[in-house]
Amino acid sequence: MDIYILGQQLLNGLTLGSIYGLIAIGYTMVYGIIGMINFAHGDIYMISAYLTAIILSLIFSLGITSLPVVLLVTLFLAMAITGAYGWAIERVAYRPLRGSTRLAPLISAIGMSLVLQSYVQISQGARNQGVPILIDGVVRLGGEEQFVQITYIQILIVIASFIGMAALTYIILKTSLGRQCRATQQDRKMAAILGINTNRIISTVFVIGSSMAALAGVLVTLNYGSFDFFIGFVIGIKAFTAAVLGGIGSLPGAMLGGIVLGMAEGLFSGFVSSDYKDVFAFALLVLVLIFRPSGLLGKPEIEKV
Amino acid sequence: MLKRSFWKSLLLAVMIGGLAIAGTANAADMIKIGVAGPHTGGYAAFGEQFWRGAEQAAKDINTAGGINGKMIEVVKADDACEPKQAVSVANRLMDVDSVQAVAGHYCSSSTIPASEIYADADVLVMTPGSTNPKITERQMKGVFRMCGRDDQQGAVAANFIINNLKAKRVAVIHDKDSYGQGLADAMIDRMKALGVTEVLYEGLTRGEKDFNSLVTKVKSVKADALFFGGLHTEAGPLVRQLREQGITADFISGDAINSADFVTAAGGPKYVDGVYMTFGQDPLTLKTGRDVIETFRASGYEPEGYTLYAYATIQALTSAMDATNSTNLDKMADWLHGNSVNTVLGEKSWDSKGDLKVSDFVMYQWDAKGKFRQL
Repeated sequence: MDIYILGQQLLNGLTLGSIYGLIAIGYTMVYGIIGMINFAHGDIYMISAYLTAIILSLIFSLGITSLPVVLLVTLFLAMAITGAYGWAIERVAYRPLRGSTRLAPLISAIGMSLVLQSYVQISQGARNQGVPILIDGVVRLGGEEQFVQITYIQILIVIASFIGMAALTYIILKTSLGRQCRATQQDRKMAAILGINTNRIISTVFVIGSSMAALAGVLVTLNYGSFDFFIGFVIGIKAFTAAVLGGIGSLPGAMLGGIVLGMAEGLFSGFVSSDYKDVFAFALLVLVLIFRPSGLLGKPEIEKV
Repeated sequence: MLKRSFWKSLLLAVMIGGLAIAGTANAADMIKIGVAGPHTGGYAAFGEQFWRGAEQAAKDINTAGGINGKMIEVVKADDACEPKQAVSVANRLMDVDSVQAVAGHYCSSSTIPASEIYADADVLVMTPGSTNPKITERQMKGVFRMCGRDDQQGAVAANFIINNLKAKRVAVIHDKDSYGQGLADAMIDRMKALGVTEVLYEGLTRGEKDFNSLVTKVKSVKADALFFGGLHTEAGPLVRQLREQGITADFISGDAINSADFVTAAGGPKYVDGVYMTFGQDPLTLKTGRDVIETFRASGYEPEGYTLYAYATIQALTSAMDATNSTNLDKMADWLHGNSVNTVLGEKSWDSKGDLKVSDFVMYQWDAKGKFRQL
């Protein structure tokens, strides 16, 4: 087997997996704290792709061209505005349903996903949109004909996903906010009695989860260069799968699940058949769940009495 | 509480009843034509092309006095390019809107199941853009198309790849849909007849954006040409990732990448430079449509892709209604089989299957400015 082709396929899998992981972190964060699957997460990611294009054109119209400045400002603004979207969505669609059945917020989330898609389609049009190539450049290892390559933006995605995961893990485990989050997760009523404003904690979790989606949105949009109002759907499902595979609720699990899923898809489509790569990926998910029902790094759920 | 909901439902019932009455009152002096295409989902850009074309055609016909004194009303239907939804909107067009003819759908995988519903209701359907051969191969009298067929299109592409590009190692990728895979298979059939077998045959998943592992596979088989059967939403990222990985193989695709959106989907004109595609004789260069094209441009809309095909479809349907003074499927179908129509795309006539007698697929090439020209 050609070693360069194998190396390239591994790198393809790693970058795709990091993208899945980056989005899966948002899913898992929300699930870990309130036990709800936020199906609108993929569409929050889609919103941030549009924000990226809007912010970039604003920055360019101001005449700023320094790459680090452009990138940082775009990231900051996109994460802030997307965080605000996350806050508003939680407020409108999920908070009124708190305390009702487990299914109600789930259905509300699916509804929210449709609302966001239609809102963007109507306000921005159904057509493909593009962003200019901001980070151009590629690292190639090997000769003229045979080489393994990774683009700068792909490297950035891999690094960002690991930093994102590490930062969130730190926040959850080491900070006062994280302690409040964990208390809210363990027993919402008791946490409230002890003086934690659980509503505010849950809002904060949504804001953090959404800004992680924005981090992914900005970088992935710059990577593929184009997007439309429908991009959140497929990638949302894949990221959700990654989160479940790694153990939903676990941050390192989401990252691991993303990379396992990306690698599985990349290697299977590269060496067997791309027709059946999704079949293979989901078969893998089934297998993992049979032997480890709570995912690769998930903790088994303890029945509360 | 109970009382209030009773009054609410009564009001609702009255409103629905009122709508139904309004519907029947209108039916006498209006001809309704359904325009079906994807308006939501990833392929909504094509639905918009259909709707713009059909709406303008109806407007122009009504300004000119309508059909036998009756006004044309176009009814929008959204199939999201999903076979299941196509069937349900087809039923809606028949049962709720009671349209008298249908222009649609876009995706072949939607047109095929939906046309069965129209046939049951004895309503004639003409698709502006579905090119899968199966559509007219089912011996259904009331099914027509305003475009060519994939076997014709695939043959033109295969001839070009083998005879003009002199490609020896041809990779073929499709999107696992009736249109994309059908076109890819048609291309391969012709290519095999010319003595060349494909070196790679793979399907990708619609809606995804990352085809890097597939691209690396194309590289590993050392292809010198890549034929893609699918839509621009996947063709764009595919060609970009191909170029990013340093593969210089020629990229050839079909009529579904004929949209400025192909350039945006690829992330910039530099990636589409040199891409070949098959499409009908460029309608924007035809003399017959000059006035119509001017009207579109004056309103700030470039009638790209299938816009004028939808316009021509409405023209053909209404011409048949005008000549036969009816909306009866048999009468209209017989008339269309025996007569030709002067459309915005030129004079069109149909064979006994409902296919165009003359298909005019030609090769186009995209340039580094993101424009294409006929070769």
